[in-house]
Amino acid sequence: MTEISMTSETRNQTANRVQIALIIALLIALIFAPFVLYPVFLMKVLCFALFASAFNLLLGFTGLLSFGHAAFFGGAAYFTAHAVKEWGFSPEAGILLGVAGAAVMGLVIGFFAIRRQGIYFAMITLALSQMFFFFCLQAEFTKGEDGLQGVPRGHLLGFIDLNEPLNMYFFALGVFVLGVFAVWRIVHSPFGMILRSIRENENRAISLGYSVNLYKLGAFVMSAALAGLAGGLKALVFQFATLTDVAWQMSGEVILMTLLGGIGTIFGPIFGAAFVVTVQNYLSTTGFPVTVLTGLIFIVCVLLFRRGIVGEFNASNLAVKLGLKSPK
Amino acid sequence: MIMIFGIPIQAFLGQLLIGLINGSFYAMLSLGLAIIFGLLRVINFAHGAQYMMGAFAGFLLLSWVGVNYWFALLLAPVIVGLTGIVIERFALRRLYNLDHLYGLLFTFGLALVIEGSFRYFYGTSGQPYETPELLSGGVNLGFMYLPIYRGWVVVASLIVCIGTWLLIEKTKLGSYLRAATENPTLVQSFGINVPFLLTLTYGLGAGLAALAGIMAAPIYQVSPLMGSNLIIVVFAIVVVGGMGSIMGAIVTGYMLGILEGLTKVFYPEASNIVIFVIMAIVLLIRPAGLFGRDA
Repeated sequence: MTEISMTSETRNQTANRVQIALIIALLIALIFAPFVLYPVFLMKVLCFALFASAFNLLLGFTGLLSFGHAAFFGGAAYFTAHAVKEWGFSPEAGILLGVAGAAVMGLVIGFFAIRRQGIYFAMITLALSQMFFFFCLQAEFTKGEDGLQGVPRGHLLGFIDLNEPLNMYFFALGVFVLGVFAVWRIVHSPFGMILRSIRENENRAISLGYSVNLYKLGAFVMSAALAGLAGGLKALVFQFATLTDVAWQMSGEVILMTLLGGIGTIFGPIFGAAFVVTVQNYLSTTGFPVTVLTGLIFIVCVLLFRRGIVGEFNASNLAVKLGLKSPK
Repeated sequence: MIMIFGIPIQAFLGQLLIGLINGSFYAMLSLGLAIIFGLLRVINFAHGAQYMMGAFAGFLLLSWVGVNYWFALLLAPVIVGLTGIVIERFALRRLYNLDHLYGLLFTFGLALVIEGSFRYFYGTSGQPYETPELLSGGVNLGFMYLPIYRGWVVVASLIVCIGTWLLIEKTKLGSYLRAATENPTLVQSFGINVPFLLTLTYGLGAGLAALAGIMAAPIYQVSPLMGSNLIIVVFAIVVVGGMGSIMGAIVTGYMLGILEGLTKVFYPEASNIVIFVIMAIVLLIRPAGLFGRDA
C-alpha cells in the first residue's frame, strides 16, 4: 500500500476525519436505535459496553489482565441499589456512590494485586474478587441469594422520570458516552502515554524514573471506578443487583467482550459487548448452553483471532485506505 | 469432655480431619498446576474442569460399564490425561510463543466448554458415588470416629504427592523436565525431545487433577461444578506457595487446608475467605510467595 503518497500530516487529518465521521454515525445510530429495538436490550448493551471499555483501559492500555472486574461492577450495582432503595438516594447520587465504592475497592484490590505481575496478577485479582463474592453471599445488605430487587429508578435531578423507558435510555446513553469519553481522554493524556510505556516495557519505564506501581494503581482505580459506573447504571436499568454480577463468570464475560472486540482499541469493547449480549439474548430462547458457546468463542479468539473484530479491521486494507492505520 | 480452647475435642478433631482432607485435594491440585506452570508457563484454568472430569469418568465407568473404584482410580487419570495430551498437541502448543496470559485465557475457555457441556447433560445436581466396599465403615479411635475412606484419602494423597515429587526430583525423566524448565533450547540441543516432554507434562498434570477428582467422588458428590470454585481457591494457594517449588506447592496445600478447617471451628463465618485473607497477608510480607524464588 505504499503507493498511496500522503504525507503523515494529511494522513493524520484523514484519519481524524474518518474517525469523527464514524463516531458521529455511531452516535446517530444509538440515538435512533430505541425507536427500532427494545430499549432494555439496548441499555444492557450500553452497560456492558461501558464495563468492557473500563476493563480495556487496564488490559488494553496498561497491559494488566484483571480477572476480578466483576467485583467492581457487581459491587457498585449493590451499592447503588442499596443507596437508592434503602436510603432513598436520587439516581445520580446513587450511581456516584456506586462509583466511589468501586473506586475504593479498586484501591484495596489493586494495592495487593500490583505486588505481582502477569499471570500472578490475574490470579490475585480473581482470588480477591472471589473473596468479595463470598462476602456478598453472607452479608446482610445484599440479601444473599435473592439479591436486591425492586430498586426504584426514581427521578433524575428530581424532575426527569426514569420509569419512562426512553428517559432511562437517554440517561444510560449519556452515562455511556461520558464513560467512554473518560476512557478516551485517559488513554490520550500524558498519563495514558506512560501507561502504554509500562505495557510495552515495564523495566524501561522504571529506568526512566516513573514510579510504575503508582501509575498501575492509578489505572486500576480508574478502571474500577468506570466499571462501577457501568454496574451502578445496570442496577438502575434492571432494577436489581444480584450475586451474578459479582461472580467470576462475569469477570470472564468482560474479558471475552474485550478480547472479541479488540484489546487496546477504543471501539473494540463496544462491538464485543454488543455481539456477546446479542448472542446471549438469542441463545436464551433456545436450549443451547451459553457457557459452552462463550468458551468456544474464547478458544477461537485466542487461537485464531487475537486482534479481535476492530483490531482485524484496523489491520485490513480498507482501514489503511481510510487512513486509520498507516501502511507498513 | 476434653476441651481445646473452649471447643469440644471431637468437634476440633473432626474439623481438623476435614481440613486435612481438603488439604489433600488442594495439595494434589496445586502440585499439578505447579508442574504444568513450571514447564509450559501456562496457568491451567481447566484444572478444576479436569478434576471434575476425573470424578465423572469414575462415575460413568461405574454406571455404564460397571468398572469398580480401583480400576477407575487407574483409568480415569489415563482417560483425562489423554484428552489433555490431545489438547496440548493441537491447541495449547500454538500459544507458547505468545504472552502467557493467552494460555490462561485459552484454558479458561476450555474450562467453560467442559463444564458447560457436562452441565447441559447432567444438570447441576450432584450424582452420588458409592464408597468402595473395602474402605466403607469407620474405626473408633477412642477420641473420635474416623471413616476409613477419609483416612485412605489422606494416606493416598500423601503417597501421590511424594511419588510425584520423587519422580521429578530423583528420576532421569524428572531431571529432563527440570532441565527443560531452566533452559528448553539447551536441553533440545542435547537431542532430548522437548516438545514431547511438554505434551507429556500437560497430560501428567491433567491426569493428577483427574486422580484427585476420582478420589473426591465418594466424599463430595459428582457434579459438573465441583471444580469451578475449587480452582480459584487453588489459585490463591499457588500464589501463597509461589510456583517455584514442587514441595512448596504440596506443603502449602496441606497447610492451608488445615488452617481452613480450624477456621471452621473458631470462626465459621470466615472459613470461606480465610485462604484469600492469608494470600493477601503473604503478598504484603513476601510478595514472591512462601516458597517462591523470584517476584
